[in-house]
Amino acid sequence: MKKIVISLLFCLLPAISFAEEVTSEQKGLEIMQEVDKRDLGWGDMATDMKMILKNKNGDEHVRNLKMTTLEMQDDGDKSLSIFDSPKDVKGTAFLSFTHALEADEQWLYLPALKRVKRISSSNKSGPFLGSEFAFEDLTSFELKKYKYNYLRDEVIDGIDCFVIETLPQYEHSGYARSLVWVDKERYIPIRIDYYDRKNALLKTQTFSDYQQYLGQYWRAGKSLMENHLTGKSTILLWENYTFRTGLTERNFDQSTLKRSR
Amino acid sequence: MQNKQCYWLVLCLLWIKPLSAWELSGYVGIEDTVFYDQPLDSRQYMNYLSGVIEAELYHEWDNGNQIFAFVPYFRGTQYDSNSTYFDIRELTWVKAAETWELRLGIRKVFWGVTESVHLVNIINQRDMVENIDGEEKLGQPMINFAWIQDWGTIDLFLLPGFREMQFKGVEGRPRSQPAVEGSQAKFDKNGFERQMAYAIRWSHSIGDWDIGLSNFYGTSRDPVFLLEQDAAGQVSIIPYYQNINQTGLDVQATIESWLLKLEMFVRVSEIDTTFATVAGLEYTFFNIGETGLDIGLLAEYLYDSRGYFAPTAFQDDFFTGIRFALNDAQDSQILAGVIVDSNTYAQFYNIEASRRFFDSFTLEVEARLFNGASPGDRAYMFRNDSHFRFQLSYHF
Repeated sequence: MKKIVISLLFCLLPAISFAEEVTSEQKGLEIMQEVDKRDLGWGDMATDMKMILKNKNGDEHVRNLKMTTLEMQDDGDKSLSIFDSPKDVKGTAFLSFTHALEADEQWLYLPALKRVKRISSSNKSGPFLGSEFAFEDLTSFELKKYKYNYLRDEVIDGIDCFVIETLPQYEHSGYARSLVWVDKERYIPIRIDYYDRKNALLKTQTFSDYQQYLGQYWRAGKSLMENHLTGKSTILLWENYTFRTGLTERNFDQSTLKRSR
Repeated sequence: MQNKQCYWLVLCLLWIKPLSAWELSGYVGIEDTVFYDQPLDSRQYMNYLSGVIEAELYHEWDNGNQIFAFVPYFRGTQYDSNSTYFDIRELTWVKAAETWELRLGIRKVFWGVTESVHLVNIINQRDMVENIDGEEKLGQPMINFAWIQDWGTIDLFLLPGFREMQFKGVEGRPRSQPAVEGSQAKFDKNGFERQMAYAIRWSHSIGDWDIGLSNFYGTSRDPVFLLEQDAAGQVSIIPYYQNINQTGLDVQATIESWLLKLEMFVRVSEIDTTFATVAGLEYTFFNIGETGLDIGLLAEYLYDSRGYFAPTAFQDDFFTGIRFALNDAQDSQILAGVIVDSNTYAQFYNIEASRRFFDSFTLEVEARLFNGASPGDRAYMFRNDSHFRFQLSYHF
């Protein structure tokens, strides 16, 4: 009998410590599943994005883009970004089909040559348009892209948050991990700390001016990305959000790319 | 009376409202081309200044499903009257529907994937006066119907109005020796047959692959060059435009950081059947050392069965190149390449750099160097024509 109890204990011991691990991973995943679930079903979306690049000396460069996005069932979103300024790249357009773990499909349209170029999507960590945002910071959030760990609860800017560690599972990421502060009430990101491959704090992104659309979906009006290494920062400002305007996959094909403005 | 005024007011307002959605953009630029060898012809110069303007008047309505665009282009040059010209790059109306698009008017079309040459890209005439790289195109009148399906897109083209290649005049540089006698051009078809061309293309993206298969029937955009000698022994170069049927294929596979590229065509004229291909690859190292710098390495092999008589100097050549993209706020880029003839080892170097300034200005610098051509090579005509080109543009 004693023997049985001891062997039972031995069996349980690894199970207990395993259970603990599962708890923080499980809780992290459950929170992010809720984030994902609450943002399902918006269909299609259009917005104007202004990007303000600032360097250490305070010099500013502004870019304006029009963006449309189509929510896909069981796959990453399709998106089309059209550059309005700087003027020399006006009409340049970027078409992207994102996928959770497979490589994304990306095309660039160069209006001066009327040329559509298929481009490599291995460039996850490089800067988007010379900004502090990497390509991977701007692609759609897919649950399968990361593994999660719930770390703690924390209040920032008066908002009660879960702090979740996310570990990229896709190739070519520039990050070892990120910490995401998720609003406990609305299940939206408030802040993200990005750690580079050497696990040093690289960038901090904060989201603000959230507004709710269609009575359900929260979208930030402003996001600030600060690079702690270079002292540079980029502000994104979104305006004129519209939802469910009837966009289809036809609005995200190469024929549309070629007449985008 | 009152009613009539109201009526006119409403009409005016209806007219003004769409007008407010018209967009005007474009650029004005100043260009300087500097040569560092004495010209072979005493009528040529060492330095060429020119000014350029391209504007685009653009309007879309019907939820973006209908588009009108007008793009006039003008270049005025210091020397060589052939290089001062006006062109309508675009004057077009597009109507887009769920499964088709209809595009009418003067337009530009690009087909292909490679960097060193654009073999299958046949719809528009090249603008060889603007730039000898042939990347600039003249507007082509067309009726283009695109049928868009899950299995790909079929484009049908009716191309009325043949446009001859324009050449630099005797004062122009760089140019062949002697200058091409564009006005003496010969054709193997005349009238309606010369003017009309027809094309069809199927294109599709399947996973990592982007594929285009095309057929063109009509007057070839690139002429064959005839050397004619008059009674006095004076040699002249005359363009000869053949009626051709050309089948072209362009394929690109995009796998991780690799781009694998292939273009080829089979061209049948009344005289002969010719084959040309360009195949190569491009590999990019992204975000080197977390600096944002991308370095791309390119290699392409060029083959043309027409050999010396090809309307290109590249019949059996290797192209290697390197591309730097800084991905900085000024969008600084450099592309440097060399094409080497695998028989004569004659080299053509091409370096292009560009950068944005003060948000609205761009500076482009090009270096084109000819080296190692021996008498008898076609490139020998250009042996003294190595040059630098600078263009400063203001974008509005």
